Amino acid sequence: MPEVIIEASALHKEYSGFPAVKGIDFAVAKGECFGFLGPNGAGKTTTMNMVQGYSPITSGTLTVFGMDRRKDHRNINARLGVVPQENNLDPDITVLENLLIYARYFDIPKSVARERAASLLDFMSLTDKKDERIPKLSGGMKRRLMVARALINEPELIILDEPTTGLDPQARHMIWQRLGELKSSGRTLVLTTHYMEEAEHLCDRLVIMDGGKILTEGTPRKLIKKYVKGSVVELAMPESGPARVLECLKGIEFEHEVSGSVLYIYTEDAATALDKAACFAASGFRHRQATLEDVFLKLTGRELRE
Amino acid sequence: MNDFLTPPRVGRRAFKVWQRDRDAWYKFYKPSLIGNIAEPVLFLLAFGFGLSKYITDVGGMPYINFIAPGIVISSAMNAASFECAFGSFTRMSAQKTYDAIIVTPVNIEEVAAGDIMWGATKGFISAMIILPILVLFGLIESPWLVLSPLLFALAGLMFASMALIVTAFAPSYDFYAYYFSLVVSPMFFFSGIFFPLDTMPEWVSMAAWFMPLTHAVSVSRALATGDVSFTLLGDVLWMLVFTLATSWVAIKFIRRRLVK
Ligand SMILES: Nc1ncnc2c1ncn2[C@@H]1O[C@H](COP(=O)(O)OP(=O)(O)OP(=O)(O)O)[C@@H](O)[C@H]1O
Ligand SMILES: [Mg+2]
Repeated sequence: MPEVIIEASALHKEYSGFPAVKGIDFAVAKGECFGFLGPNGAGKTTTMNMVQGYSPITSGTLTVFGMDRRKDHRNINARLGVVPQENNLDPDITVLENLLIYARYFDIPKSVARERAASLLDFMSLTDKKDERIPKLSGGMKRRLMVARALINEPELIILDEPTTGLDPQARHMIWQRLGELKSSGRTLVLTTHYMEEAEHLCDRLVIMDGGKILTEGTPRKLIKKYVKGSVVELAMPESGPARVLECLKGIEFEHEVSGSVLYIYTEDAATALDKAACFAASGFRHRQATLEDVFLKLTGRELRE
Repeated sequence: MNDFLTPPRVGRRAFKVWQRDRDAWYKFYKPSLIGNIAEPVLFLLAFGFGLSKYITDVGGMPYINFIAPGIVISSAMNAASFECAFGSFTRMSAQKTYDAIIVTPVNIEEVAAGDIMWGATKGFISAMIILPILVLFGLIESPWLVLSPLLFALAGLMFASMALIVTAFAPSYDFYAYYFSLVVSPMFFFSGIFFPLDTMPEWVSMAAWFMPLTHAVSVSRALATGDVSFTLLGDVLWMLVFTLATSWVAIKFIRRRLVK
């Protein structure tokens, strides 16, 4: 049984009466990367904020490193690295100074801080920018610096709230690679993301949240298998609507969903489904592997949030 | 409310917040020091020299000597108030500096306490720069002067924590207009800097007793003129009690504001 780093049970959070997280349970084991997915307003950031000790818990229990989150702020946070959803770098000072000043909050001696800052700037490819002030950095550089800053205390647990939102593919891949290296070195990662590819790529296990509740939990592969079978056929629907199509498809086992003018068929037997498509003269179709995004949309629906 | 009565959990880490503020200030200190010197010197020139033709002596001394100790201490008030008003508000809201610090082992109370200490430091620095100028011009001569730094530090803490209470409630920068025009400016004009309070109608000096600056001015003037008596202990005690209360309230309300 691997050591449990975070354990939440019946974790509940209200903002002056409004429930943002409604009694969720989850556990994160040492050394794994655990993801939180969910539409805008699902309660991901609220959950991260509770784990970080930024927001007090309304009810339920939450332990981090086996310590009570309500009581042990200093001891927990000394071992924690945090990348919040919104950057909060210090704009008055340089890149390097941002790391050195942050190190002080953890009682890291100056000489150690200097060494660590230099190697973290290198790790995040920011060495050239070390004397630049923050407003002069690009969005990607700021995010990389946020990650570097979160690592200054060599945390055992790193919480990343949408670490790559708004970044270009190069920066995103760079951060993924670094997070992968951190995981290999035995750190525990918790991250939230809106990029399914990111979650599939990095997370050993994940939960999908919506409306303050956890809808499902598992490895990316198991979730795909469980909810959307192996592959997806997307069919452009004829004007007559889905009735005729569904009649044509009778006899094969499939799950389906209609969204706008597209019919999504989740099936392991795509060949038969495509064969039958001829019967109603589909005006266009696409056959592809099922992804986590299909699971996500299936569970949380296709309507726009907030 | 229960939480309000428990002592703030402030430890040595508050000093790290103070260090952060100092380091950030150090980048821009030159322009801010020039502002610190210019304003009080202008007041001295305008009121001291300008009015000295019409007011020959007050309490047995030239008018400019009479106002100098009050001008020094008001510069501590202004610098500390500005720092914990606009400075702290910027750190709390626009820059989210507070948010970044409170997920480390430093807690919210220490962030507030560190900012109060920094505001006090700004007030202290401001007054300490002007003091030698006044000594140089012979406006202050008493050896009691050596106690002035203690007074500046206490006044700094007092005005910094008052301003931080306002910050805990400020929805935007505009809000400070109320504080500065309804609290800080009236104190500046009615705390005995420009005229002796004991020559005023009784209700004026009674009202002035409730103003923190009044007590700071009377101690400052006593140290400058050497007219030191035991009544000053009353002023010092007033400031100590008031500072303890305002810093407690400031820390608790900043906490309430930051906890989400
Ligand atoms: N400080 C707050 N006060 C009141 N309500 C809040 C506060 N923060 C968040 N909420 C509400 O709580 C709910 C959950 O918000 P949260 O930020 O946790 O969502 P999220 O899953 O992180 O969303 P996103 O993907 O957009 O970042 C939302 O309805 C939001 O409006
Ligand atoms: Mg969020």
